[in-house]
Amino acid sequence: MKIRNYWNLRDLGASVWEKANRPKRVVIATSSIFLVGLLPFAGASFLATPIAAYDAVLVYPVGVFILMALGLNIVVGKSGMLDLGYVAFFAIGAYTMALMGTHTGLNTWEIMPFGIGFAMLAGVLLGLPTLRLRGDYLAIVTLGFGEIVRLVVLNSTWSKGPNGIANIPMPPDIGPFKFKLEDQKVFFWVVVIMILLVIWMIRRLSIRRPGRAWEAIRQDEDAAELMGVATLKYKIWSFTLGAAVGGAAGVLYASKNLFIAPEMFTLNVSILILSCVVFGGIGNIWGVVVGATILGYLPDRIRFISDARLLVFGAVLVVVMNFRPDGLLPRKKREKAIVKSEVNA
Amino acid sequence: MFAVLIDQFWSLTIAGVALGFIYVLISLGYTMVYGVLRMINFANSEIFMWGTFGTIITNRDIFHYTQISEPATGLKLGIVLISSLLMSMFVAGLTAVLVEFVAYRRLRAKGTNRLATLISAIGVSICLQEIMRLLTDSRPVGSPRVLEKIILTEVWGANIRLDTVITIIAAAIIYFLLERFIKLSRMGKAIRAVSQNEDAAKLMGVNLNRVITTTFLVGGLATGAASFFYVTVFEYSKYNIGFTMGMAAFTAAVLGGIGNIRGAFFGGLTLGLLEVYASAVLGTQWKAVTVFIVLVLVLLFKPNGLFGEAVQQTRA
Repeated sequence: MKIRNYWNLRDLGASVWEKANRPKRVVIATSSIFLVGLLPFAGASFLATPIAAYDAVLVYPVGVFILMALGLNIVVGKSGMLDLGYVAFFAIGAYTMALMGTHTGLNTWEIMPFGIGFAMLAGVLLGLPTLRLRGDYLAIVTLGFGEIVRLVVLNSTWSKGPNGIANIPMPPDIGPFKFKLEDQKVFFWVVVIMILLVIWMIRRLSIRRPGRAWEAIRQDEDAAELMGVATLKYKIWSFTLGAAVGGAAGVLYASKNLFIAPEMFTLNVSILILSCVVFGGIGNIWGVVVGATILGYLPDRIRFISDARLLVFGAVLVVVMNFRPDGLLPRKKREKAIVKSEVNA
Repeated sequence: MFAVLIDQFWSLTIAGVALGFIYVLISLGYTMVYGVLRMINFANSEIFMWGTFGTIITNRDIFHYTQISEPATGLKLGIVLISSLLMSMFVAGLTAVLVEFVAYRRLRAKGTNRLATLISAIGVSICLQEIMRLLTDSRPVGSPRVLEKIILTEVWGANIRLDTVITIIAAAIIYFLLERFIKLSRMGKAIRAVSQNEDAAKLMGVNLNRVITTTFLVGGLATGAASFFYVTVFEYSKYNIGFTMGMAAFTAAVLGGIGNIRGAFFGGLTLGLLEVYASAVLGTQWKAVTVFIVLVLVLLFKPNGLFGEAVQQTRA
């Protein structure tokens, strides 16, 4: 028992955190955030990526993947609804940034609320009719929605169709921190801050009424409904919050990339993000972060994977589901025990 | 806007019926598996895509037709067509059984939740698609023209082509045979028993695993037949054609009432016609959007489909 505990990273981390008192926790948290902040300077070490620039890789795919995986985790992990069209919200955020950035002269931070708002609006519009449905229908409808957003953008004139939108402005400098194309450290720090904000939001919500409602819905929707949980309302909230994070990631991505086109928002992105969530551990924030880091970083580090990237990810989904259905760092055992007794009954 | 629709109404209708029959056969792959497992067979679109390559390989590598060779006639034509149909059905059926073994069986034995099974099925479908993409270098693969597309007659200004006629007649026959199989055979009875009540069927001595594998096989065979007709009509295939076709066929299955075989028939035909008319009015680039809107509307107003999802009562 004792030996196995060392391999159980989740419990090990949790026990260190539980045992620590408040000042210790502050020290642990700030020092780990500081270490993460130093990551872009490690470009010369074994972490370096052979082809793509290392600090760019840290922003996209790694950082943006973590951000989106955390957003998708609210929907898939917390409330147990399978969303296969998550890329739609990412695309909505990115196109909001592209169109407003090139036409209105607002900067990235002023457009961010609009991007998040439009993504949330789309989430509500899609959620209202479809969240009444059972899980597998929802999966298909969201799958279709993701494709529809791409097709609409591809076939419309306002979005310049397949040519995409170029000359998207970079974010304005914040004091001494300058955003540059060739040196993306500042972008990385912004992504880290956004990730921390999202983690903070999820942790706050998880222990309050919405979090408990999502947990109840995930375990047994009918029972939750009977206990007086407004299931539709909380499902829409979960869907919309997930959409908001996706929209924010989209705004940042467009502003970082300076150019976007419909082919960046294919179904594959949804699948990649879903793989991140599933691989790391559905429902567990740290599991999702680890999963997204590994799946975002490895294809750039080990070049031969990147051609067959999707094949590897598909295989990851199958293998993980078959042999470790709860992912690398699964959520806490207490919840698992409930699910298990349910199955046996 | 409607001028095209009115001008070419009858030729559109015939094209729509032919497309509809292709949808009918693919949606059988969805509907049968759903009836038994209460789960969407996510990999069915890729099963279809693999099936199309069965036909192409038969034409190109077994019978050595090329893009410039003369189309076949007479007895030879019959032999080539039937063997490529069988090849497509074989490839698709095999893939479907493989999908069941890899994605569903282990998880079913463990009794894990539906989300896990769904994700593992998605994983298999990505793998199938990616393997084909790597094999074909992401390029579309043309099929040599085996069947010359002779115009048989003209009805109300619409050309009736040989390939459309073959598609409609043969697909109808295959659908009819499958329906009889489900209705009359011992295995068909077992499939219906499992879809009505799994536990009771198990107690009555039905071999659950064999029934489920057979269901995947039969669904795969129907899907494989559809891929043969697809290649015969469109003469090409690509690693990513599965998505659009699968989405449409799934919509057809939901439209008719998923889990309901007769529903798949009418749903497929309705959707085929609807799609062809809609692309005449709005332009083909909005075809997929129409399908999606139909899906959402059906789920919104009649989630059980036109013929009801209640498999117990309405299943043929």
